[in-house]
Amino acid sequence: MPVIEARGLVKSYGDLNAVDGIDFEVAGGESFGLLGPNGAGKSTTMRMIGGTSLRSAGTLTVLGLDPETHGPEVRANLGVIPQQDNLDSELRCRDNLITYGRYFGLPRSHLEQRADALLEFAQLTEKANDKVDNLSGGMKRRLTIARGLINEPRILLLDEPTTGLDPQARHILWDRLFRLKEEGVTLVVTTHFMDEAEQLCDRLVVMDHGRIVAEGSPAQLIRQYSTREVLEVRFGSERNAAVVEQLDGIAERLEVLPDRILLYAADGEATLDRVTSLGLQPLTSLVRRSSLEDVFLRLTGRSLID
Amino acid sequence: MSAMAGLYAGNVRAVLERGFKVIGNQNWVILVSGFFEPVFYLLAMGFGLGGLVGEVTGPDGRPMSYLSFIAPALLATSAMNGAIYDSTWNVFFKMKFARIYEAMLSTSLGPLDVAAGEIAMALFRGFLYACGFLGVMTALGVVTSWWALAMVPVALLIALGFAAVGMAVTSWFSTFQQMELINIVLLPMFMFSATLFPIDIYPQAVQWFIQAMPLWHGVELMRQLSIGAFGAMTAVHLGYFLVMSVAGVAFCTIRLRALFLR
Repeated sequence: MPVIEARGLVKSYGDLNAVDGIDFEVAGGESFGLLGPNGAGKSTTMRMIGGTSLRSAGTLTVLGLDPETHGPEVRANLGVIPQQDNLDSELRCRDNLITYGRYFGLPRSHLEQRADALLEFAQLTEKANDKVDNLSGGMKRRLTIARGLINEPRILLLDEPTTGLDPQARHILWDRLFRLKEEGVTLVVTTHFMDEAEQLCDRLVVMDHGRIVAEGSPAQLIRQYSTREVLEVRFGSERNAAVVEQLDGIAERLEVLPDRILLYAADGEATLDRVTSLGLQPLTSLVRRSSLEDVFLRLTGRSLID
Repeated sequence: MSAMAGLYAGNVRAVLERGFKVIGNQNWVILVSGFFEPVFYLLAMGFGLGGLVGEVTGPDGRPMSYLSFIAPALLATSAMNGAIYDSTWNVFFKMKFARIYEAMLSTSLGPLDVAAGEIAMALFRGFLYACGFLGVMTALGVVTSWWALAMVPVALLIALGFAAVGMAVTSWFSTFQQMELINIVLLPMFMFSATLFPIDIYPQAVQWFIQAMPLWHGVELMRQLSIGAFGAMTAVHLGYFLVMSVAGVAFCTIRLRALFLR
């Protein structure tokens, strides 16, 4: 039985359908991704799961309950990690965890032990009595995640967990999330970072304009919507558009971006040979494996962060 | 019960614990500073102006010193200020910048738990100010009746009315400029609600307007309590704040629901 089940889910603000009739299921223990550009409806979907946004149509159950009518019960089993940290800056790090746990009605003695264990998990034991404002961005993020785990949630909702973090901080965070997944926690992650989706998600849906445009594992989506390899060539921003016509037909598909042209083909090196045999000399060229970014470009016709 | 579904989890206590923890951590200075403002008014106006004014007519029709006349009014104002500070500026900051309520509402808490807890914290501040001020009044010898002890619970009732309405109104504000409107309403209300001089110096129409404002009812009630002299209006004053409190809390819950259950 799925832990989250949405059928025909709609959220409208006035004339705008922020979420426009989506269906999905998340199985227990699964790591599920919601992928899409800003404004695709990811965060709205997350808020509806937590019962802090009321749906306009459709059905939604979380652990078998309707989050709208059973908000407190549903949230008792959720860990919510918002896009922007909302730690309590008037409380010290450890007190942030304990106080948050009290909001769930959990006993203080239990929370004191749990807070210490979570500080260790978040690698923040030395910061236990520091003020929140003194933490780095990565530490705040880890504290937010530790806080979201205080009630031992069965489902963790992560809204763009690593936005704004440096690469090292992201890797530490991914490692922590992996451990949770190993413990059987269901992860629901929104992101507009492809590498993050590939790292974290067993299965994902791509959203655009409030609708689901594709669904599958990262590998399946790449197989289905892209070629094995991609050749990226740059001719300089003025010439890119001019050479497109000449490149017509030498790859399965072309994507013209402002700064480069992407040629989709099974064999990138062979495609590069064909480009040069046409007498074209790109300033730079790069052959790489297809990624979710390519799937996304194909499906939505634009790059992710716009 | 279905109207309450998702609104109330019966855990106001956790919101209060957070409030006291924060006070314990850092806010003692702010907490105390709010107490001194009316005390300074009392000393400056009561002794300074009081020397020029001499005696005025009290609620029982007999003359009383100017100091005794303004002291209960300043107590009512103090309760109002304490409650308003917590329920407007503090709430505004927590709502818009610190996002404390957003965090609270992603737990088992419902909007009504949060509203009740925050209003109760505002009442706690009002309670402290009232007790302190009553102590100052007693020391200055302006308290002449045991009824004055009832000024503390009445101060809480005044604080409740203002806190609930203040919080609900704050929910509409999104900029600091809008927040200034609160001061534009409160300052004249303090100056003209028969706090520093009797209401009968105004033309009749102005008197009606002032009598429609909440602070006037608080001031009159406190003045009556300070000397234990009551009249038919006593019940009206009490009733005003009861209605204001009930309406304010209801209003506040509706607003929190609209804000956080979008």
